[in-house]
Amino acid sequence: MNLTVNGAVHDVDCGPLTTLLDVLREDLGVTSPKAGCEQGGCGTCTVLVDGEPRRACLTPVAAVDGAEITTVEGLGTPDELAPVQQAFTHYYAAQCGFCTSGMMLAAHAYVEHGGSDDREAIQEALGGHVCRCTGYVKVIEAVAALARGDEFDLATTAASPGMTNIGGVR
Amino acid sequence: MTAVDVLIPRSPEEARAAFGDGDGITVIAGGTIVMPEITYGRLRPARALLLARAGLAGVSRSGGRVAIGAATPLAQLVDLPAPIGPCAANVADLEIRGQATVGGNVCAGAGGEAPRGDLQGALLAVGATARSTGAGGEREEPLEDFLRERSGRLLLELSYDEPAAGAFVALDRPHTHAFTAMAVSAARAGDGTIRIAVTGAGSHGQRLPSAEAKADDPAAAGDAALADVQPHDDALASAWYRRRTLPVLVRRALTRLKEVS
Repeated sequence: MNLTVNGAVHDVDCGPLTTLLDVLREDLGVTSPKAGCEQGGCGTCTVLVDGEPRRACLTPVAAVDGAEITTVEGLGTPDELAPVQQAFTHYYAAQCGFCTSGMMLAAHAYVEHGGSDDREAIQEALGGHVCRCTGYVKVIEAVAALARGDEFDLATTAASPGMTNIGGVR
Repeated sequence: MTAVDVLIPRSPEEARAAFGDGDGITVIAGGTIVMPEITYGRLRPARALLLARAGLAGVSRSGGRVAIGAATPLAQLVDLPAPIGPCAANVADLEIRGQATVGGNVCAGAGGEAPRGDLQGALLAVGATARSTGAGGEREEPLEDFLRERSGRLLLELSYDEPAAGAFVALDRPHTHAFTAMAVSAARAGDGTIRIAVTGAGSHGQRLPSAEAKADDPAAAGDAALADVQPHDDALASAWYRRRTLPVLVRRALTRLKEVS
């Protein structure tokens, strides 16, 4: 089996029913997808499979053999954040950060698919993502701004040093 | 993970052959139900049939007939007319609907903590037919018959005549997961027949014949529906609450059916 993860092709040698989440975290060292509930209920393991947000914990790796997987590591870099990362940073849309990887990938896919800044539509798109810090308001504001195409000047965002490391929690 | 024999058919024909009589085979379509069972060690399949590439996905509509492949993700149903579309849209969240399949939803065993098989009720209301394979070969039967004895069968396709009108009403429990405690579907067929069915008032979806007999009077039909069910307690709702609520859902579904007819 092989997987293209953030543009790099990997040969994968494991049981076909191993979850995509385990392969990413344990075999490939890609740790932005989190092992939260591991039963599809929390959204922390969401990755993009050929551009569509999917729960990595529910996906047997054999079902995505040959697919392109995108995680937060593939969105941007610390020096050059992707628009969704800029939006989350600008709006302080992360607290502990555990749910943030999944939230950002869902938000990224939502906007890539032409999603608007309508609050209900954003809630529907991110409805599978649970934040136990309950920081939903800032997330929705960030996604709405992203959907509007706002530009973010992070130099004027009074960011604390840790804020630019969104998605970097191991 | 210990060695497991995983079959990955590349066509419906290969899927039928690989399933055989179904003995000892764990079927994995979207994985949303089976994968957590494996992760948590409650299920250790010796042989698994992975339907991801079996060509069993897709919805076709022609001549007033709708055919849904068993491995179709629920996301592909949400735009169908009521009760099917609204019922599919009511399941879990966007990402799960992109992954979970119609076949998995219809064939899911009774859930312990929450009802499974949301679509069973909606599909019963439109009088769906199930085509499946297994011991004795392929067969086509009313979904009601399939639901009574679905072990050892591999569902291939569901089909139904588009109803003249349909309605879907759910009792949701607002929570992180949009599990549906109970839902009622009603549909008026082209010949005027009204079918009413419920999910969440028993181990699987079922028709409500006593309510159907009084379908002209939504309130009376709601009360009559209680004769057809034996609700249970689970983590979402008590049997008492379900009995109190079923008549309301039936009344609302029939009232809405009249409005859209």
